[in-house]
Amino acid sequence: MIVYDTQLRSRLLLGTSRYPSPAVLTEAVKASGTEVVTVSLRRESSSERSGQGFFSIIRSLGVRVLPNTAGCHSVKEAVTTAHMAREMFGTAWIKLEVIGDRTTLQPDVFGLVEAAKILCDDGFQVFPYTTEDLVVADKLLDAGCRVLMPWGAPIGSGQGLNNVPGLRAMRARFADVPLIVDAGLGVPSHAARALELGMDGVLINTAVARAGDPVTMARAFADAVKAGHSAFVAQPMLPSDVAIPSTPEIGLAHLV
Amino acid sequence: MKITLNGVEHEITASSLIEALLELGYCTGPIATAVNGEFIPKTQRLGIVLSEGDRIEVVAPMQGG
Repeated sequence: MIVYDTQLRSRLLLGTSRYPSPAVLTEAVKASGTEVVTVSLRRESSSERSGQGFFSIIRSLGVRVLPNTAGCHSVKEAVTTAHMAREMFGTAWIKLEVIGDRTTLQPDVFGLVEAAKILCDDGFQVFPYTTEDLVVADKLLDAGCRVLMPWGAPIGSGQGLNNVPGLRAMRARFADVPLIVDAGLGVPSHAARALELGMDGVLINTAVARAGDPVTMARAFADAVKAGHSAFVAQPMLPSDVAIPSTPEIGLAHLV
Repeated sequence: MKITLNGVEHEITASSLIEALLELGYCTGPIATAVNGEFIPKTQRLGIVLSEGDRIEVVAPMQGG
């Protein structure tokens, strides 16, 4: 998968939040084989300095960092956060989230397009967290985005792919744009399904971090992503409404 | 003068952003800053003169999805 001229061997991106411990996070990242982890920026206490310790862990992993603007509800918050992230992490990559609904964490696609335009014009390489809406996707591409991150289901819900026809339509419309399903996947079969549909990758966080054994689950997602992509490349058969015998009927013995 | 840093009010003697950060314990480590909602690059912290009631945000890397 190539995103913003960067070749990634793994199609699995991994979030770094909600793990039982930093040690488990580290092992899960290694087991997943991912080359990209997402991180955020949060207020730093001068007495605790927890950010410093986390930053050391991330740097020790030797993977690329994709900072997010999670929790931002306005264009201004998201743009300012993106600028802070660019300085902090030394990358032009930004996973742009402009949240529009506190219950579903659905993106505010109007604010998203506006923020994407500002950031792309300023040299950022934007990974927009969006819906499967084709019109919004078009506008994000017009704004300068070269990757799209449609949701599978609400963030952290583990529901899987709630709109398969919508994702399929996105794939068909934007054949040359990397599509990475971000949010809502719960189990490896969801990831495999996304890749079978021709999605280029998936971003997983809660499904790994909150599993009983996050390290084994990270490995399971890595396997699922590989299997799903291989299946897509192999061109799956088309489903049929009726049974089609797999054993030839010609030559069947007449035994009545 | 009174300023707010990460939502907490402080009385400081510093006049620039960089002095305020040092006064309030941010001597080392990775941080990024904003004043009144505007990003302030590291290189500009020295030149930013604070005013009464300014809202400073100091952030650092954190877990994220």
